[in-house]
Amino acid sequence: MSSKIELPPTYKDIEDLIRVDRLPTIWCPGCGIGIVLKTLLRAIKKSDIDVDRHVIVSGIGCAGRVSGYVRLDSYHVLHGRAIPFAIGIKLAKPELEVTVVSGDGDIVGIGGNHFIHAARRNHDINVVIVNNMIYGMTGGQVAPTTPRGARTTTTPYGNIERSISIPLLAIAAGATYVARWSVLHVDHMMNSFIKMFRHKGFAVVEILSPCTLFASRNGIELLQLYEILRRKCKIVSNPDPWESHIDIFGDKPIILGEFIEIERPSYEELVWSSIRG
Amino acid sequence: MEREKLLKPGTYFMTGNTAVAEAALIAGCRFFAGYPITPSSDLMEHMARRLPQVGGIFIQGEDEVAAINMVLGASAAGLKAMTATSGPGLSLMEEALGLGFMLELPAVVVDVQRVGPATGIPTLGAQGDVMQAIWGSHGDREVVVYAPSNVQEAFDLTIDAFNTAEELRLPVIILLDELIGHGYGRLRVPNLDEIRIVDRKKADIVEGYMPFKTHVLVPPFAEPGKGFRLHMTGLVHDERGYPVIDRDATERLLTRLLLKVRANRDRLVSYEVYPCDGIDKAEVMIVAYGSIANIVKCALKRLKAHGIKAILFRPKVLWPMPDVELCKSVESYGVENVLVVEMNYGQYLYLVRAALLHCPTPYRFVSITPGFYPSPKELSERILRVLS
Repeated sequence: MSSKIELPPTYKDIEDLIRVDRLPTIWCPGCGIGIVLKTLLRAIKKSDIDVDRHVIVSGIGCAGRVSGYVRLDSYHVLHGRAIPFAIGIKLAKPELEVTVVSGDGDIVGIGGNHFIHAARRNHDINVVIVNNMIYGMTGGQVAPTTPRGARTTTTPYGNIERSISIPLLAIAAGATYVARWSVLHVDHMMNSFIKMFRHKGFAVVEILSPCTLFASRNGIELLQLYEILRRKCKIVSNPDPWESHIDIFGDKPIILGEFIEIERPSYEELVWSSIRG
Repeated sequence: MEREKLLKPGTYFMTGNTAVAEAALIAGCRFFAGYPITPSSDLMEHMARRLPQVGGIFIQGEDEVAAINMVLGASAAGLKAMTATSGPGLSLMEEALGLGFMLELPAVVVDVQRVGPATGIPTLGAQGDVMQAIWGSHGDREVVVYAPSNVQEAFDLTIDAFNTAEELRLPVIILLDELIGHGYGRLRVPNLDEIRIVDRKKADIVEGYMPFKTHVLVPPFAEPGKGFRLHMTGLVHDERGYPVIDRDATERLLTRLLLKVRANRDRLVSYEVYPCDGIDKAEVMIVAYGSIANIVKCALKRLKAHGIKAILFRPKVLWPMPDVELCKSVESYGVENVLVVEMNYGQYLYLVRAALLHCPTPYRFVSITPGFYPSPKELSERILRVLS
């Protein structure tokens, strides 16, 4: 049915975690999601958790397709509902390492309420948000993360809305590990992924990822978008979440780093100790 | 130890909502996610207290959408799971019911009906969710819809609902209404050994496992964390669980999913004809279900006093519909008039009308104002007026 694709030698270390029979992916050439996928799989290999205990859950959208390419127990569920589905799995089987991988629109748009309350309850799950600042799969509509002024198919005269800052929202809601990187910062991304697997509590890793549609709607080349990220991203230690707002076309730097890393009992820990106790 | 904490055999006096909760625990339910809504909140509160006692998990979600998706996640991880809500909540859960149908995840959704549309009258019962229970999701999802009419039946049908959900790997719906949910009634709990409990069939061989491959209608279930490396998606998928855009694969998947209910129709159908004996001819057959059927039972005596021989045909399972059985009763009792009585403005009526195409009989409809239960006297007078 699908044509045979052979992975380049540089993928040999994670080949067993990729559903090679499903390649090529649906992602556009130049898309950043593939970088997130392979970094995540490498982090899973490096984590001290048995591969068979890793579970991936994703919602709908380009990043939501990640669950379909991993050779792991994986669930591709409703738009915006990956977090509650993942919580159901984690509560039922706390020995599993449950990671949600999805897009900005899926998690902080339609699924925003679940994100807030999962952070508040400090569920012991990981959430990787691939932020491309637009609804890509549906053709490039404005997202809650689209910067003010950006053009999309539904903001043809420029976006008048203020965009949401994922780290600020996550911290305000109660997340206990929050980091932001871009697809250009693979080593940092990898470290954060390994940390989030170890972290007991709600871990959020936002990855900025250039989208070819976002570029074309705004009259620039995709590579220029990568160049903007390279030029504007600034790694800060102990960054201030109030400074985490993304202004893609302005002069302000885009702040990357680990915004918070604290310990607080997770919901699962409390629930299971009350049952067993 | 867990078993000792279950409801002991004996006779009880309790509400329908409590009976559903206790039956769920006996059926093996170990996960409940819910969101407060009148008139189902007390069912959730009961589960919040009872589940930890039997080693189960309770969580109150941020909304009904979270609740049902948590239930599906817990079911995907292998637990028997349930939620309870009312009409507005069921509306919010419909999309996820379609997902549960597509991923073949057992789940039990209890809807304690209240007056709608919109906020309606939260504290008064009604029967306005029949259509959304049977057909509420987009696409052709078909589930089993139970309609108990008293506390004992609420208990018994909840056990059945869990068994069906597990056996067929699909979500099922229990339609109560405020009167049954909050009304007290007699409940006899038999010895636990006498209660049939079904668990989903589990996959045991990892090698070559495909999550949606089956030569019967229901594929064996694989839990995450056991090395199956399964993939499930709400997209139309093939036997491997991979999304496909292919006519044959679409036809194969969707018809198999629908056949779970359709091919098992004869086994799933359940109804009562009342009175069950002492009558062999009836000029009128009243079709009613749930709490309204109880009032109809009382009204039958009054109709008899007016010289009208009438019987009640009461589906205990609304879907799949006992349409063949309904026609057989019409014919065997020599029924001249069918009368549908519902606490809505005509929902099950449409299914009865369709069933009567197979045994053409005049039919009438008595609509009861949602929320306002008539006395048997009022109802019999309404029926007499409609028949005259």
